[in-house]
Amino acid sequence: MSAIPHRHDHEPKRRAGASISFVDLTLGYDRHPAVHHLNGTIEAGSLLAIVGPNGAGKSTLLKGIVGAIAPLNGRVAIRDGDSPVEARARLAYLPQVSAIDHSFPICVFDLVATGLWRTTGLFGGIGRKDRDAVDEAIAAVGLTGFERREIGKLSGGQLQRALFARLLLQDADIILLDEPLTAIDSKTAADLLDLVRRWHSEHRTVVAVLHDMALVRETFPQTLMMARELVAFGRTADVLTPENLLAARRMIEAFDEGAHVCAVEDSPRMAS
Amino acid sequence: MTPYDILIGPFAEFEFMRRALVGSVALALGAGPVGVFLMLRRMSLFGDAMAHAILPGAALGYLVGGLSLTAMTAGGLLAGFIVVILAGLVARNTSVKEDASLAAFYLVSLALGVTIVSLKGSNIDLLHVLFGSVLALDDAALILLAAISSITLMVLALIYRPLVLECVDPSFLQSVSRSGGPVHLVFLALVVMNLVGGFNALGTLLAVGIMMLPAVAARFWAHELTGMICAATVIGILSSVVGLIASYHLGLPSGPTIILAAGLAYVVSLAFGPNGGLVLRLIPRRHLEA
Repeated sequence: MSAIPHRHDHEPKRRAGASISFVDLTLGYDRHPAVHHLNGTIEAGSLLAIVGPNGAGKSTLLKGIVGAIAPLNGRVAIRDGDSPVEARARLAYLPQVSAIDHSFPICVFDLVATGLWRTTGLFGGIGRKDRDAVDEAIAAVGLTGFERREIGKLSGGQLQRALFARLLLQDADIILLDEPLTAIDSKTAADLLDLVRRWHSEHRTVVAVLHDMALVRETFPQTLMMARELVAFGRTADVLTPENLLAARRMIEAFDEGAHVCAVEDSPRMAS
Repeated sequence: MTPYDILIGPFAEFEFMRRALVGSVALALGAGPVGVFLMLRRMSLFGDAMAHAILPGAALGYLVGGLSLTAMTAGGLLAGFIVVILAGLVARNTSVKEDASLAAFYLVSLALGVTIVSLKGSNIDLLHVLFGSVLALDDAALILLAAISSITLMVLALIYRPLVLECVDPSFLQSVSRSGGPVHLVFLALVVMNLVGGFNALGTLLAVGIMMLPAVAARFWAHELTGMICAATVIGILSSVVGLIASYHLGLPSGPTIILAAGLAYVVSLAFGPNGGLVLRLIPRRHLEA
């Protein structure tokens, strides 16, 4: 992603997908890296799972792609063919559910309708055609009849369905999902995975952070395994080997031990 | 006494009562919606902090221009904006959270304000700054109040969509638009404006009351944001009317009485409001089938 926004650019005409490249990318908080010197390219139209232990930097990597946090080093490049494009114009991002304020008095229809942002912008109105599109998206995730329900009164699975409806409306080239199926029952998960497959068939680039290895093997042709640094990246069968899984866990443990030593130096009298 | 004597008489008879009514209704129109958003963003105490932060600016204005509306308003706005921006900058560039850095700045600001007021001026002046004078609103003050509530409603209409999204789902807003930060600042500016307007009529301490009490009461009357904003505005206006009438007949200071009326509205809402009110909870009702 370029540092200077191309605000004046008209929305580029959509072609078949967009690719994401990492160039020596380091992301982190307070100078502590959470993603360390990452290189690689996610090709346009990929269906990719990101896996790794807790604290491996998976969510941080998604935030880095979205542009929510600035890289400490290196960069992320979103490209359509060979020409670089701005991330915001092409990308839809579903963060972990906890980022949403459930107590806010907004109904399902309005929440889903925010997916039209790219066409309506700050001030644009929502016409009859847009309303139909919203209704269609709500129907596609099986929430018809819940349009006027407040989001605080939805179950976890229903809220996730609503958020997928919003993703449908966003009509993005790149779709980033952060643990989209955590704490979701199997029926809902199956329905949402159908949508993921549909996006893949439409040649959109789909990247999902997941913990369910069986699911990754079944649905995702490609996998990126990380533990702050890249462990393996490629065909899922080649990446999800016992050796790689063990290596990833070891790398995170090694970091934890490092952190432990620092804590002891700061307060030497603390006995554990 | 006839109902006319009680409800209409004071306003028909005295111009200062009519002015007070217009001023406090104008204030309620703008402050209500702003208060609803503050509450929904879990910033209910932010208004309180800002009201204190405004004090040194108003006091400086008072030192320079005496009891001049222009000087005190300008000073108040300036102090409010400075504290908001400094607190925001510190929160963005350090690990200190915005509410903590705001607390630091407004406390310093308040201490400065009290010092400045006591350097020059009697206690009566301090009382004016703290408690306002809704019964002494001149033309300029009325125009200021009306202008502030007009600007507030227009700006809120303009930034409504990103403001709502910034509350519900900030990370989504960030992924589609850069407007989150600027919209937050514009909203805080609206808060400061309404507090400065309110402090001319009600004083720094009570300006927050007409902003937050109707908003918190509105939560018990409506499920959706639109309804909540309408309810807050109506409650604010009713509190102004009832407060002014009560203060006239009972010989109470009007500013605090208006806020007490809003407080009463809150208690009534808490007890009888259809959306989570206490009485409804106590009535045993059979659960539905689905």
